[in-house]
Amino acid sequence: MGKFIKWGLPALALVVLAAGWWLGLAWAPPDREMGDVQRIMYVHVPLQWVAMVAMAINFVVAISYLMKASWKLDAAAEASAEIGLVLGTAGMITGAIWGRPTWGVYWSWDPRLTSQAIMLVTYTGYLVLRRFVEDPEKRATWSSVVAIIGAINLPIVWFSVRWWRSLHQVQSTPKTVDPEMTLALRVSAFGMLFLTIWFLMLRYRQALAERQAEVALPDALPSDLAAAGGANSTRVA
Amino acid sequence: MSTSRPRPIGLLTATLALLRKDLLIEWRTRARLNAIIFFALATLLMFSFALGPDTKLLEKNAGGYFWLAILFASVLALGESFRVESENACMDGIRLAPADARAIFLSKALGNTLLLTALGVLLVPVMVALYGVRIVTSVVDLGLILLLGSLALSAPGTVYAAISSNARARDVLLPLLLFPLVIPALLSAAKATTLVLQGDPMRQFDSWAGLLGGFNLIYWGVGFLLFPRIIED
Repeated sequence: MGKFIKWGLPALALVVLAAGWWLGLAWAPPDREMGDVQRIMYVHVPLQWVAMVAMAINFVVAISYLMKASWKLDAAAEASAEIGLVLGTAGMITGAIWGRPTWGVYWSWDPRLTSQAIMLVTYTGYLVLRRFVEDPEKRATWSSVVAIIGAINLPIVWFSVRWWRSLHQVQSTPKTVDPEMTLALRVSAFGMLFLTIWFLMLRYRQALAERQAEVALPDALPSDLAAAGGANSTRVA
Repeated sequence: MSTSRPRPIGLLTATLALLRKDLLIEWRTRARLNAIIFFALATLLMFSFALGPDTKLLEKNAGGYFWLAILFASVLALGESFRVESENACMDGIRLAPADARAIFLSKALGNTLLLTALGVLLVPVMVALYGVRIVTSVVDLGLILLLGSLALSAPGTVYAAISSNARARDVLLPLLLFPLVIPALLSAAKATTLVLQGDPMRQFDSWAGLLGGFNLIYWGVGFLLFPRIIED
């Protein structure tokens, strides 16, 4: 298990991702209207997909934590939010790079873009909260509450912004693009997914180790943190 | 919940008792209300300076500025509503009362709603004077939006204020958590207010009020369910 996560998974991810990107950049035909610019799709779309996967994991883990507290769930929540935020930000940047030659602007107040921007701010707030609460048990509970509320908000944001202002093309899925592009998109997406799983695993192990260190050795924390975090942090096992 | 504990008083009784206590504290000092009124007034004034002397532009955007002033003031009001409980370990006292934790949520959220609605009522004449707007459709509509908007800021705001009041850097944390969350509420409240001030030929008011109502239902429900987990110790 350990060896596969450390070496096998990243190797698999890189090979599949390299294959997907080669297919996308060299093998698949250029878009009829957008030309070669469209090839950023093989990066942008998989990034957005895996960001959504990470955020969905975060939501499920947050609910699970409130039902049954465990450091593993808390570590998974921290890992998925952080990785989701990084992937979502990369997805948004690649989208802006695509938007400039295609729509003529980097940014528009389109519902999908606006909702994603709000999502990124929401999860930034979530991660800031995690940094600002020292007691590991309170941090876990509060951040679960914030994660759930933040996730519930996203459909509402999407809906309200759509009413408020309505340029994003229909999302690309294997159904809406040319069959030759489909293969490249699918392979790239799987490569990105494997990479994400690897990231998640690594970050999860790191977060779990941090939690265990915090609980086992509250005195080892900086002095002002220990006062808040040491008192009742041993209840959750 | 253990069975040996004495049966706690009803939710409604506890809520009203807590609300009464909060309002009494507020009435005795009036510090919070005064602070947020002058803060909101200053904000409304600052918007006009930031925009320059173009009165047409001010009039057109008045609904948005009105709600931004209330939003900024709400951060102060919400933060303060839990700061009073942190003095002398009041929160621990309430929890030991034994009051239902959900009553604490309801009383705090209702208290904040009252405060923000009162603030809004005071700001409307100022907005009329400063920005040269007039109420085109009806005062009732404006009142309804004011109430719905204050409710919509208060429910998630109370949950997040309870969290951030116990965290480090609480003054940064509350707006960081609250602002992205209340975007749908801010958007629909500002839009509906603009319709009241500028006329509503397409009858869009009801949809925005409906959206705001839905937002309220969701967050009063979620807050009611999740708040006990936040203040448990």
